[in-house]
Amino acid sequence: MKSTYTISAAILAAVCASSAYAEVESLDPIKLTTHDWTGQIVNTFIMGEVLKKAGYNIEYVQADYIAQFAGLKTGDLHVAMEIWETTGREAMDEATATGNVVNVGESGMMAVEEWWYPSYMEEVCPGLPNWEALNDCAQEFATPETAPLGRYLGGPVTWGGFDDERVEALGMDFEVVHAGTDAALFAELESAYQRKAPIVLWLYDPHWAPTKYEGSFVEFPAYSSECYSDPSVGINPSAAYDCGKPTGPIWKVAWSGVADKWPGAAAAIEAFTISNADVGSLVAKVDLEGVSIEDVVAEWMAANEATWSTWIN
Amino acid sequence: MKFLARHILKGSRPFWLCLFGVTWVLSTYSFPLYKALDARWIIKFPKAWELQLDGWISAVMKWLVEDASFGLFSFRDLTRFISSLIEAPYQVVRSGLIDGFSTGQGQQAVEIAPSLSWIAIITILAALAFYAKDWVLAALVGGCFVYLAIFGQWESAMVTLASVIIAVPLGVVGGLLLGILAYLSPLAERMMRPVLDLMQTVPVFAYLVPILFLFGFGPVSALVATVIYAMPPMVRVSTVALQGVPTEIEEAGRMMGCSRRQMMWKVLVPSAMPTLMVGVNQVIMLSLNMVIIASMIGAGGLGYDVLTALRRLDIGGGIEAGLAIVALAIALDRLSQAFSTRTQDALPEPGLSYVKRHPWLVSVVLIMLGTGLAGLYLPAIQSYPESATLTTSAFWSDAMEWININFFDTFEAIKTFFLTYLLLPVKRFFSGVPWAWGIIAIGLAAWRVGGWKLGAMAALMALAIAASGLWAKAMITIYLCGVSVFLASVIGIPLGIWAGQNSRANSVIGAFIDTLQTLPSFVYLIPVVMLFRVGDFSAMIAVVLYALAPAVRYAAHGIREIEPEMIEAGKVSGCTKNQLLWRIKLPLATPSLLLGLNQTIMLALSMLVITALVGTRDLGQEVYIALTKANTGQGIIAGLAVAFIAITADRIVSAMARASRERLGLK
Repeated sequence: MKSTYTISAAILAAVCASSAYAEVESLDPIKLTTHDWTGQIVNTFIMGEVLKKAGYNIEYVQADYIAQFAGLKTGDLHVAMEIWETTGREAMDEATATGNVVNVGESGMMAVEEWWYPSYMEEVCPGLPNWEALNDCAQEFATPETAPLGRYLGGPVTWGGFDDERVEALGMDFEVVHAGTDAALFAELESAYQRKAPIVLWLYDPHWAPTKYEGSFVEFPAYSSECYSDPSVGINPSAAYDCGKPTGPIWKVAWSGVADKWPGAAAAIEAFTISNADVGSLVAKVDLEGVSIEDVVAEWMAANEATWSTWIN
Repeated sequence: MKFLARHILKGSRPFWLCLFGVTWVLSTYSFPLYKALDARWIIKFPKAWELQLDGWISAVMKWLVEDASFGLFSFRDLTRFISSLIEAPYQVVRSGLIDGFSTGQGQQAVEIAPSLSWIAIITILAALAFYAKDWVLAALVGGCFVYLAIFGQWESAMVTLASVIIAVPLGVVGGLLLGILAYLSPLAERMMRPVLDLMQTVPVFAYLVPILFLFGFGPVSALVATVIYAMPPMVRVSTVALQGVPTEIEEAGRMMGCSRRQMMWKVLVPSAMPTLMVGVNQVIMLSLNMVIIASMIGAGGLGYDVLTALRRLDIGGGIEAGLAIVALAIALDRLSQAFSTRTQDALPEPGLSYVKRHPWLVSVVLIMLGTGLAGLYLPAIQSYPESATLTTSAFWSDAMEWININFFDTFEAIKTFFLTYLLLPVKRFFSGVPWAWGIIAIGLAAWRVGGWKLGAMAALMALAIAASGLWAKAMITIYLCGVSVFLASVIGIPLGIWAGQNSRANSVIGAFIDTLQTLPSFVYLIPVVMLFRVGDFSAMIAVVLYALAPAVRYAAHGIREIEPEMIEAGKVSGCTKNQLLWRIKLPLATPSLLLGLNQTIMLALSMLVITALVGTRDLGQEVYIALTKANTGQGIIAGLAVAFIAITADRIVSAMARASRERLGLK
């Protein structure tokens, strides 16, 4: 796929007789990483297309979300467009501490992660999205394996999130069952949604699921960092995690050499911002309507020239 | 199963009953015992005694990646050099199949030549199939590739094909050389055997992270992982094949005055060729098995399509891409098998012109050039037009929704039944076993079956698992695999017996299990989760489906291999059909059934990592967590624990098979 781009780009370059673009510092390709969720790939492609317009050469490299830091440290990889405060903070801090990786600032998107329920559950459990109302009808969510407790489908254990601790601290009648991947998570949601069956599970935004399915995030007591660290803070005086999950920015990171080798590109990467709503609608087009990522990105580029042209000037 | 147990355990029933009884009592009462004696060490391996091996491994890895040096160049330079050696041919093949050739980079690139057109590639493969066998095979292979084009999988399939074209020769040549080494030197063979065991049983996820560090991000790392995974059978098959060459042929070679090199390459290897081709076939199949995992670290291709389709719950898209992998596997498998049985053509008459002597080669080249040139003007000839592709995606999604809405309750009832009466009791039994007794029990069982050496090895391996703090997860692993292997045998052995006695059943069942084995399990994992929710039951279904194949194959093989005289003898003695089956065929097929059991266990264990994607709490999950956290040490330790379980099971079952063969007076 990657090289089809190179080819089409080559034809384009030949047509425009390459001198049409400003001189760039280096023609070596800038390697942007892509991961396994659509929103990230869309953002990365937008960044890549913008950099191409500025005359840089781009290569998209598929890499694991956490494992990529090893490559960013050595300069094998150059730019990662989405590091979530909620899931990638530790790895990012460890990498930036070495001095070989730099945080290039916020991407403009905010990561939201929380318990979520489909809207048809509001009839069964009046008082939602309040968490106490959810707890009052916990038995509605029970399955043979978890009865009499309700079943809450949590994210993969690697996502953290302290759901087991939260259930304990808030005295909720739920059992946390961890899905192995997000694909399994959404498979269960799809299945329950088709049958209008009770379900409460971990969802996150920006993602196509909150767009496709009608529903809301559960409202827990507001998050504060003290609530996580200090047991005495919050509803339960003797336990931490008696509140909701934090929301946080999604960061961009880069190999520290990018700013030396391609200063113009580094500035453009730093200037890149996009909103949750924009990404959400682009992702929905790709994942729900089946439009290809390239087409969606091209459409966005055409409609938002005023926005991205400021990034590369 | 009962007759099997009776047959194997003949004469030693009190021992096994005793062992089971003690284990059961300890497992049931371990918790009260710990409370009564206030001795927590009974149920949990003391933290203070745990070996911190994972930290050391991570540290060694870090040193290897960052500091290790041979003076002039570092270890990393070496691996990166190897990486570039692999990458160069890969890029050439990929350019030829799909990308086209160009110079310069990025936007300055200029295309020199297009890739082969889709028509040319189909023609080449069909011609190869005709050359290897006949028109039927050519039609089958051509048909498989036409499927890829029509269902819009062409581009991805060519990327996957490119990696197979590079990985298979590497695996075959490497495997052959190592196999020859093992054949020539018994010492090398002894040293290689445990390494091969580990290569086959350590889950791939466990070594993906170090490979990424050493070989860089991208398709090369995926290729390296594929080769590591696919090579071991080739090594084993090579050794066996060479040992199987009749001594007469060797003698003849010696009489001709062959040098050692001529002896190996002109006499032994060609004579072993048919068996060697079995190994080649295995390498191809295993390489295609790796497609999904390889795509997780940048191989792209069909595996990537399966993953992305299922992540957005496009079940139909996942099935189509998955079936494309099956089509590719079938085409390559049948092609390689045809080559292994091909008979030499008569030499063409020398007087003819080049064109007349090589009509096929010439016409294929003409089609390549012709379509290449025509493709410059007509894009549909160069690449299959997107508007003419078909998709059945909507059909599958609708079908799934219909099943889900109408039959969910039925499935739920079935699931609850299995959970209550099979899964949960077994789980309770295994997780209750105190680690100290567990080590002793496995040691005793292995000793009883295979002598004190085996017993000591099994106990040591169990101790290593406990000492790594993985006892609880290992027990969950054994429970999940045990239940799955049991069910796979219960379903698979009767199917195999049926297939062994009835050739029509055989062809249907054969096609079915071939598909099950090459269809990436991720394809059916997501629908299974939709119907059965996240949990052990979904994981078990996936494992059973995948591990079914060897149970069926070996049972069918065992039945077919029985000498007809034995059955005749039975008939003459007036056996009924039932008696014939239970008293004669099954006991005689036992060694084969045990081999099948062995392979079923191996496949079940190798599925662990995939079931971690559903959400289990076993060693597979431990390996997967290590992967997502890029923790080399943790991954390798958990991977070794899986390997230890696999090796222990393998040795015990093999010892049983040996004993049963001796008892039956077979060779």
